[in-house]
Amino acid sequence: MNANFSTRVSCLACVTAMVAASGCATTANNPKDPFEGFNRAMFAVNEGLDVVVKPVARGYDAAAPLPLKVVIGNFFGNIWDLWTAVNNLLQGKGQQAVSDVGRVLINSTVGIGGAFDVAGEMGLTKHSEDFGQTLGKWGVGPGPFFYWPLIGPRTTRDTFGWMVDTYFDPVWRIDDISLRNTLVGVRYIDMRASLLPSDKVVDEAAFDRYDYIRDAYLQHRRSEIFDGELPHEVLDDESSK
Amino acid sequence: MKSLFSLLFGLLIASTPAVAQELAPDAMVRQVTEDVLTVVRQDKDIQNGNTKKAIALVETKVLPYFNFQRMTALAVGRDWNKATPEQKKRLSEEFKTLLVRTYSNALTSYRNQTVVYKPSRMDAGDTSVVVRTEVVQPGSKPVNLDYTLEKQGDSWKVYDVIVGGVSLVTNYRDTFRQEVSNKGIDGLIAMLADRNRQLEAGKK
Repeated sequence: MNANFSTRVSCLACVTAMVAASGCATTANNPKDPFEGFNRAMFAVNEGLDVVVKPVARGYDAAAPLPLKVVIGNFFGNIWDLWTAVNNLLQGKGQQAVSDVGRVLINSTVGIGGAFDVAGEMGLTKHSEDFGQTLGKWGVGPGPFFYWPLIGPRTTRDTFGWMVDTYFDPVWRIDDISLRNTLVGVRYIDMRASLLPSDKVVDEAAFDRYDYIRDAYLQHRRSEIFDGELPHEVLDDESSK
Repeated sequence: MKSLFSLLFGLLIASTPAVAQELAPDAMVRQVTEDVLTVVRQDKDIQNGNTKKAIALVETKVLPYFNFQRMTALAVGRDWNKATPEQKKRLSEEFKTLLVRTYSNALTSYRNQTVVYKPSRMDAGDTSVVVRTEVVQPGSKPVNLDYTLEKQGDSWKVYDVIVGGVSLVTNYRDTFRQEVSNKGIDGLIAMLADRNRQLEAGKK
């Protein structure tokens, strides 16, 4: 696990170095995206990879009946819920943390190893937390935006958040390498499949896919830090954020 | 980010304001949402991807409760004031066509989602309010679906739709600003019109 993690960290370090190098060449005319040149290149890489990933996700989506997909989603969700609890605790949301622990206990037992979201039925709502949000709650600013190969869009803060998330991710800690790889693979494909319906929307709605996805990501993350309750501001046509 | 652009898109649009005047904004959102969901749940054509039918549904049930001029102004940002009244009209028209089409399409991916209405805070004198809802689907995290409404005379109109924290309107700002600075307001109108034609022809 540790060896593997450090490999991934060093990969990330390489990429960061590449960014730093290519950063000089980019025209930084968008203050929220100073590495746009690099990011667009990586975006293109991901779109290339998606030529392979998307058909697999489509096949999975078509082959697996809905109840099975729900079970798979619940299973990985249950594993993540414990980390959600930790992050809620770190953000001082004790009550939510307790609820998350309750979810894991109930779903892992009555919910047969997380296959069924019994706790959700009982009214223990699923929360969405990760370490990037915790950092945000602590007041860490987002920093420059990046588009990473495979990982996708992340702000600088969320890139570090993702590294911490991955370090504590129980799936990556499984000793049996083939089991671990299978689970990581299934989870990735399940995640990609869940995005399939949005592909068409983005295809139709976006004039520039990169811009559209970047701005949607940034808005989404900001809202997540406020747990979906962004303060209401009456938007002014004049102001341009 | 996950379910970000998912099916909900439809719902949301679907789930827009409803009902005549003086209805409180949250009651209006609830009514239109339920109206549209009732139709979609029974309509196998829409569920099987009949975009035309979905568009017709949105146009009759949802459109009357939207203020597209305001939406367009918001998406364009400060360049809006550079537009002549005629340009504003055409811009709003094209933007409306694009949004309606996009969202109607999302309606066709409706499966078994339900919408939960959250209590909304508003004071007596408020002229702008956010109505928060949540789209719940089995096996996934619920997705927030919020509407911003503004009072116009006696009635409330929606001028922003926010899915998972993402405003479908302001998300266009950078793209629109760039197009205006490169090709002017007419360039932006042309860009939208062009996309609408492609979508109509089924090329996109």
